[in-house]
Amino acid sequence: MTETVFNQQLTEEDNFNLFMLRIEAGEKIEADDWMPDDYRQTLIKLISMHGISEIMGALPEKEWVPKAPTIKRKLGIMAKVQDEMGHGQLLLRVTEDLMKPLGKSREHIMQDLFSGRLKFHNVFHMEAPTWGDAGLIGWLVDGAAIISQTNMLNASYGPYARALKRICAEEVFHAQHGEAIIMALTEGTEQQKDMVQDAVNRWWEALLMFFGPADASTTGTSKQDTTIKYRIRSKTNEELRQEFFSKYIPRVLSLGLTVPDETMRFDKDQGIWIYQQPDWNKFKEIIRNKGPKSQERLQLRIHSYEESEWVRRALSK
Amino acid sequence: MKKKFYHGEGRRILKKNDQSQMDSMERKVLIELLYQLADDDFILAYRGSEWLGLAPHIEEDVAFSSINQDMMGHAAMFYQLLEDLGEGHVDILAHGRSSKDRKNAVLLELVNGPGHYLEKPKFDWAFTVVRHYFYTQFKKIRMESLKNSSYQPLADVAVKVNMEIYYHLLHWKTWFMQLIDANDEARNRMETAVQQVFDEFADVLSYGPNGREIAEAGFIDKEEIITQMWKHQLLTVFESVNLSIPIKIKTKSGKGREGFHTDDLAVALSILSEVYHIDPAANW
Repeated sequence: MTETVFNQQLTEEDNFNLFMLRIEAGEKIEADDWMPDDYRQTLIKLISMHGISEIMGALPEKEWVPKAPTIKRKLGIMAKVQDEMGHGQLLLRVTEDLMKPLGKSREHIMQDLFSGRLKFHNVFHMEAPTWGDAGLIGWLVDGAAIISQTNMLNASYGPYARALKRICAEEVFHAQHGEAIIMALTEGTEQQKDMVQDAVNRWWEALLMFFGPADASTTGTSKQDTTIKYRIRSKTNEELRQEFFSKYIPRVLSLGLTVPDETMRFDKDQGIWIYQQPDWNKFKEIIRNKGPKSQERLQLRIHSYEESEWVRRALSK
Repeated sequence: MKKKFYHGEGRRILKKNDQSQMDSMERKVLIELLYQLADDDFILAYRGSEWLGLAPHIEEDVAFSSINQDMMGHAAMFYQLLEDLGEGHVDILAHGRSSKDRKNAVLLELVNGPGHYLEKPKFDWAFTVVRHYFYTQFKKIRMESLKNSSYQPLADVAVKVNMEIYYHLLHWKTWFMQLIDANDEARNRMETAVQQVFDEFADVLSYGPNGREIAEAGFIDKEEIITQMWKHQLLTVFESVNLSIPIKIKTKSGKGREGFHTDDLAVALSILSEVYHIDPAANW
């Protein structure tokens, strides 16, 4: 209480400087603490996008939940998709607290998603036409997610950092679940092996895009400088992509699979992977909800939301 | 303390640990009962899994998915008992049998509503709540009885299943009570759903053509006893919300215990076994 009163006597600039000192010293900011508007807005944008991506991410995998080929796989993929919904719930709760002073709620998040104002992650706009895709999403998409989320485990915003700790722990299981499906397929029949290779080919470009463009020159905007300044993340998009290559390229090759990029190689002198850039214009289109499955999945979400309107109305009596 | 359940009219029935202790009729009707148990949970868990990502709110999505996983797990345990009796591998039993060989009650196979789970699903939450609540109440009573089954492996499974049903029942009862008392719109939808579910529920309660033999072998209490207990449980709840029980419990769309099913089941089976059928011999 004393602190609040004290802070109110300070100028905005003093508050800002104190805030920066706190986060630079590794202190955590909590929901009720003073924070610059820019920081709040950045967090709302980042975490609502993350949360809604978890929820939209359930949809491509949902296609395969009823179809999983054995009871064990059915149980595994159900639990996995349930986790993703749970992550979405956790993250939306974090966002709701940040939005509260602005008079906004979860309903606003949903409406922003429906209107296209709130984007969801590029990978969840893509098609998942076979069981191979179901395995690949768990293995490589969740694998990529672990890398990008681990980068924010020490985020200056306490509620987000704590949510990520739990999310990352569960994502490790997801990656193992995906890997188990992929290994069964690569050790199986020719048809099963082809299924995996097709999925790798199909997802490769989306996986490169996963971490976002290297800098603002590619797509016009990039939030990575702001998030690094505010100690929300530590590494750049390109550093994360390189980490992903180092971890997964050897694994992909060891399973007898190939990556659809003949220029791909590790340059020992520079210590980096050389690779073919994805089409970043396509990336911009995809996250504007013009990807192969964007509209279909968005419509499914809107439609189901409308269908259960009466239930929410009944609960809020 | 009043004994709630009894088997075989008070006759002492020996516990059986494996099929060598049964005559051929007993073995046959045990298998029949196990198919009913396994197929019931399997198909309703499938229907539940179609809701994934589409439930009325995110919190429900997470909770419902837990229940579906539990139910699919229960189905797996019952299929395992069948595998142990020489009926074939669990995954063949779950994915490889056609509609006419399935013994689940027809109510549990019916679609959640019009539309496909990926395209314009007009899923009915009221029907889902009522179907799950009434079925779970029945399942609870059924498991309590099976805990004393003369077939010991089945009694062991029932103990495990019973522990989880406590939470399922609490969940569905909460939904039922909330919606039925919420507003006129919800009340109307719920009353329609109650009628719909009663129109099919006789099939759930039925043990099929060999019902008498199933109970006589001491595998489970008699059909009439389970039915009475189920009615009694619901009546108490109905009274508390001023709802009158529809007079007749019927089998409108088919008799699942005898293998007479709707097209809904055939469509569901083709979806849930799509990948399995690419190569049933392969390791997935």
